[in-house]
Amino acid sequence: MKELILGKLSMHALPHEWFTIAGSVSFLLLALTIVVVLTWTKRWKWLWKEWLTSVDPKKIGIMYFIAGGFMLLRGGLDAIMLWLQQALSAGEAHGYLTADHFQQIFTAHGNIMVFFVAMALIFGLINYFVPLQIGARDLASPFLNTLGFWLYIGGVIMVNMFFFLGGEYAATGWLAIAPLSELQFSPGMGVDYWIWSLQIAGIGTTLGAINFIMTILKMRAPGMSLWRMPPFTWGSLCSMIMVVTVFPLLTATLFLLFFDRYFGTHFFTTMGGGDPMMYTNLIWMWGHPEVYILVLPAFGVFSEVVATFSRKRLASYTSNVLGMIGVATFSLSVWLHHFFTMGASADVNAFFGVMTMVIAIPTSVLVFSWIATMYKGRIQFKTPMLWFLGFIGIFAVGGMAGVVLAVPPADFQLHNSLFLVAHFHSNVIGGVLFGIFAALSYWFPKITGVRLNERIGRYAFVAWVVGFCLSFIPMYILGFMGATRRLDHYDSATGWQPLYVLMFIGGLVIAIGVALQIIQIIASFMQRRRLRDTTGDPWDGRSLEWATASPPQAYNFTTIPQVEQRDAFWHMKQQGLPKPAYENIIVPKNTGAGIYISAFAFLASFGFVWEITWLIVASIIGVLAVFVVRTFNDDVEYKLTAEQVRKLEAERKQKDEAEQQRKAPALGIDNSEDMGLRDFTKAAATFGLDVIRNKRWRTWQKQN
Amino acid sequence: MADMAEAKLTEHEAHYNDRVQFGFWIYLMTDLLMFTVLFAVYAVLRDNTLGGPGGDELFSQPLALTETLILLTSSFTAGLGMIAARRGLKNQVLVWFGITFMLGLAFLSFELKEFAEFIHEGHTMNTNAFLSSFFALVGTHGLHITSGLLWMAITLIFVMRRGLNGPLVRKLTLLSLFWHFLDIVWIFIFSVVYLMALA
Repeated sequence: MKELILGKLSMHALPHEWFTIAGSVSFLLLALTIVVVLTWTKRWKWLWKEWLTSVDPKKIGIMYFIAGGFMLLRGGLDAIMLWLQQALSAGEAHGYLTADHFQQIFTAHGNIMVFFVAMALIFGLINYFVPLQIGARDLASPFLNTLGFWLYIGGVIMVNMFFFLGGEYAATGWLAIAPLSELQFSPGMGVDYWIWSLQIAGIGTTLGAINFIMTILKMRAPGMSLWRMPPFTWGSLCSMIMVVTVFPLLTATLFLLFFDRYFGTHFFTTMGGGDPMMYTNLIWMWGHPEVYILVLPAFGVFSEVVATFSRKRLASYTSNVLGMIGVATFSLSVWLHHFFTMGASADVNAFFGVMTMVIAIPTSVLVFSWIATMYKGRIQFKTPMLWFLGFIGIFAVGGMAGVVLAVPPADFQLHNSLFLVAHFHSNVIGGVLFGIFAALSYWFPKITGVRLNERIGRYAFVAWVVGFCLSFIPMYILGFMGATRRLDHYDSATGWQPLYVLMFIGGLVIAIGVALQIIQIIASFMQRRRLRDTTGDPWDGRSLEWATASPPQAYNFTTIPQVEQRDAFWHMKQQGLPKPAYENIIVPKNTGAGIYISAFAFLASFGFVWEITWLIVASIIGVLAVFVVRTFNDDVEYKLTAEQVRKLEAERKQKDEAEQQRKAPALGIDNSEDMGLRDFTKAAATFGLDVIRNKRWRTWQKQN
Repeated sequence: MADMAEAKLTEHEAHYNDRVQFGFWIYLMTDLLMFTVLFAVYAVLRDNTLGGPGGDELFSQPLALTETLILLTSSFTAGLGMIAARRGLKNQVLVWFGITFMLGLAFLSFELKEFAEFIHEGHTMNTNAFLSSFFALVGTHGLHITSGLLWMAITLIFVMRRGLNGPLVRKLTLLSLFWHFLDIVWIFIFSVVYLMALA
């Protein structure tokens, strides 16, 4: 009876180890804080109506940033824990983690960083900026977009569920290579949580990608041919086409692994005729393109940034775009380089080795295109440009290490060594993460209407680059010295410990960089009146996202712009901007259907993890029911008349002007320049003291 | 002015239909890729019978041929139903898609009967890798047929209640695309699984 109701759940699943207790408590505290703040400020209804049920891709983009940013901190903490263990654990000393726990942490770190950080932030950027860049009001299917986002959130919760119930995460490495991930060798819940968090988030990703392809190919402003699209949109298009090409493989593979574990089939088992190497093949057929899915939009961002801050057109736009298409195409036929040591024939290894090296060609085309853009440009070294320069250096090193690894005989030596780990971190941190940071500092004024603090931004950049070099240069060296990846303990006679300690220190410096980025955002908020962007075009930009207000209205543009050239907005500025006009606009209504479907999908997955049959059946019926109600509801849009739009615009203008008139709060700092750390400390202290002395609370009460 | 606003609205709808159909094509391609994995897995594992009977002994080609003919006919009737839908003939839509639904149901029952026989004889998906991959491939197709039937039934109920309005014709179009797609996948299953078992 108990098994019918609760499946495999029991008291034993509740947290009882230090890290699960600590994790549960911190998550509960976070949730409690949010609940208290929302109740205190009476914002529940606002949150539901304005944000959670919103189908506006800009709001969904921001929610992706928040969730992804939070997961970045979570995955970063994992990294610090790994480095600390490795720094401590040589010879007699065994560090503070058990081997099993260490394995769970590196699995979670890889998973979270790729799936729930990088993917989320990239999807956030695409959500926010692709419609703006192509002059569209919305995405092709607003509903699919909220559904995809909420499925991702379901995955985020699933990946952290083990803190509360189960107490263990997969200890298999981020791809859960079979047969280790089979029931025989990993009997716990960890791998099931892994499967289902990736499954629901991955389905959300596929739906999102279909939506973006529809949007880019079908909803561009009049006159914007494919060859006039901004590079970020091109990068996103390539990336999304790759998503629909490879994510179905992930979905199918995860289902097969799930069948093995749940129904006892023999796809990847060691017995019953299963083929574990087939899993490795299938998962890397998705896994390798996945990193290019992440980096292509980042490439697009760099093209935008380097053109804007060099004050030139992007050099050799056509080659640049062809380079991205080339990377996207070739990356589909290189997956086997992840396991040259599998024992495939020399010919097979040679083919994949050559294909891997060939990818360096379109990538170099891109790099040369960026360098040529800077050549004879009037370069402004704003923070986005700094991130770009950091990227070029780190990415080049990482890329060349990749070419070394692409040579099968060399790979036999370097396979699964720290050299490999250093290589892909160079590319993922240098390429993807720096791209995201460049994008966020470049587009922050568009998203919030407030420019980011430049000075603290520079500090953060320096901390990141220094921290990166401190942690990953030793890692390359350790790889050559023979250190394999995922070591939780090593012999002190190896002499590796100083380098491991250096890596840990580098990690701390990176953590300082992250802290500085958070300070940067707070400091920008404090000086928001000074940093306000009233023009909508703070950098003298080139593409259409700068043609509208910052932050843009729900409908993006009052009139859809007419595109006549590449760099459409630059051209429009040269020609003289058209007078504002107003037209009827059809706007999609908010919907909670995405949340409900994801909630049911989450519950079904939870049922699968714990083998609770009634929950699975009920939740699947729930998913279908909400879906039917939603698809057969034809009342999903409403119309804003031209008159209403005109009124909205006028109101907004008034509000902006009133905001400008309001007096800046006295924080006792010089407001004539971006504040530095000393001013920040002073301002924060003044603010804190004011709160304690109750002054701020009273003025707030007076105002409201 | 009012006329122009009207014209724009219908244009908006036409654009929407166009986009949705395009998106559905992309979805079908992703689904096809899922099937590709299952086909590849079947191709790799089909000889791993661990001494048990292989496809040549288990499969009944006449049964598979019957299933094929039923499914092909249902595709044809779905096509006739779509012609009726474009012309706005509600009753014909109900008749043709009704026949399609019955044929789909017949196909599904044949497939389930085959599965039931295998399982009864002790050839379950836990027996060996060959049977695992067989059940995964054919079963996934069956699951798609089931969801297609569910979708068809619900859409037809709405057609009965609301008449053939624009959104419902769009849904029928997508449904028939889905149905033809499953037909094509089945042709491959028929060739790769049932016919190649003879080779």
